[in-house]
Amino acid sequence: MSGAATTDRAQAPATPPAGLRATARIRAAADGRGGTALPLLAGEGPLALRRTRSSSAAEAGVMLVGAMSAPLGGDHLTVEATAGPGAHLALASAAATLALPGRSGEPARYDVHLTLEDGASVRWLPEPLVSVRGSDLRVRTRVRMAPTARLVLREEQVLGRTGEAPGLLRSRLAVERAGTALLDQELACGPGAPGGWDGPAGLAGHRALGQLLVVEPAFAGSPPAAAVLGEFAVVTPLAGPAVLVTALAPDALRVRELLDAACRTYGR
Amino acid sequence: MSRAALLVLADGRFPAGGHAHSGGAEAACKAGRIHDAATLEDFCRGRLHTAGLTAAALAAAAALGLDPAVLDAAADARTPSLALRTAARRLGRQLLRAARATWPGAELEALAAAFPRGAHQPVVLGVTARAAGLGPGDAAHVAAYESVGGPATATVRLLGLDPFEASGVLARLAPELDAVAARAERAALRARSQGPQALPAASSPLLDISAEVHADWPVRLFAS
Repeated sequence: MSGAATTDRAQAPATPPAGLRATARIRAAADGRGGTALPLLAGEGPLALRRTRSSSAAEAGVMLVGAMSAPLGGDHLTVEATAGPGAHLALASAAATLALPGRSGEPARYDVHLTLEDGASVRWLPEPLVSVRGSDLRVRTRVRMAPTARLVLREEQVLGRTGEAPGLLRSRLAVERAGTALLDQELACGPGAPGGWDGPAGLAGHRALGQLLVVEPAFAGSPPAAAVLGEFAVVTPLAGPAVLVTALAPDALRVRELLDAACRTYGR
Repeated sequence: MSRAALLVLADGRFPAGGHAHSGGAEAACKAGRIHDAATLEDFCRGRLHTAGLTAAALAAAAALGLDPAVLDAAADARTPSLALRTAARRLGRQLLRAARATWPGAELEALAAAFPRGAHQPVVLGVTARAAGLGPGDAAHVAAYESVGGPATATVRLLGLDPFEASGVLARLAPELDAVAARAERAALRARSQGPQALPAASSPLLDISAEVHADWPVRLFAS
């Protein structure tokens, strides 16, 4: 996949990109009084940001609104969020993100870059990503975190709206902790993905999948045990102070129920 | 480069303990997801393009001489399932024992000293290929072949599938297997300058889930 990306870039300069480019930037910083301030909160284009009330006084809340109409093929959306030393940030989205086909036939890109400095925490709990028929989206989620930082990250992917065939969805989730890879995984599904993606070693007909990653320095001493949460849902400790919940289900609602239950167990 | 050495390493009779592992086929057979040659082929194809590609690239990178410790950490990050990390290290330890006896050399001894509890099997496979005078493309081919050969052999035992049909499945996958090995080798060459993040991390959520479910069974025919 990175080979293809390099080729795309090499061919790009001849014509300007047809799609839209937008970056939302967020910086959270400890305010010195036990709370978290947002010295940078800058949305762009379809990525509008709104401050929200958070469940905890120490945490700043941000909602991504209006992502509904994007990304179309050719678009490149980026969310960049940094939680400075001791800052606590909760990020959510107001609605599901729909990957839609574009006119150019180019793939759309959606990048999320999270940086967590010493003692920071981020809860990134967006609504599902729906891969609509004919769309072609590449999602890259990259997290860089200090060894003392804490993370709760949820990803939900839905293949097609109700009764609809999916588009092509390729996603990579890479989490680096203290300069070492903690989790690196790629998923490709939909028409055009490598063979077997929907077969008995692929999704086996499931149309919704979800993951919940909890990175918690306190797990270093006593990591939670691996456990089977359902026929198609498990929690497993990573090779670091973290657990990953992985769930497959017929629909988005069932995935959310499984991840919500897991979040209550592992995410607090 | 010795073609005969490649045959020795890839031979199912090479005593590296792989026969005790089904590559997820036992769980898939029990659940009814594999029930004949066609579903076995689809299973193998899915595994080849996910876990197979990732393993092939790690093996190719190790065969190129990239630092095994860095590659072992990259393998950990690419293997979220604890059951699969445990199986990969056990297989790595068994392969290393066979490799040290077969192609003795300093790099294999250093690997054994650095990983007393076993390194990830694809990493050991790559270092073994190096010791046998083989190249990154050879290591990638062996890893990619093992990713489908294991489930095919296991399914013959689990379902009583006709061995001729299982061989037919592997033969039909051969062109895709060549393509996966070539892609893995290209990624390994990129990783030389760009680091392990240039290696593919293709994964299958269902293989990860069913590996944990399988590890929970009280009685199993295969270790994974």
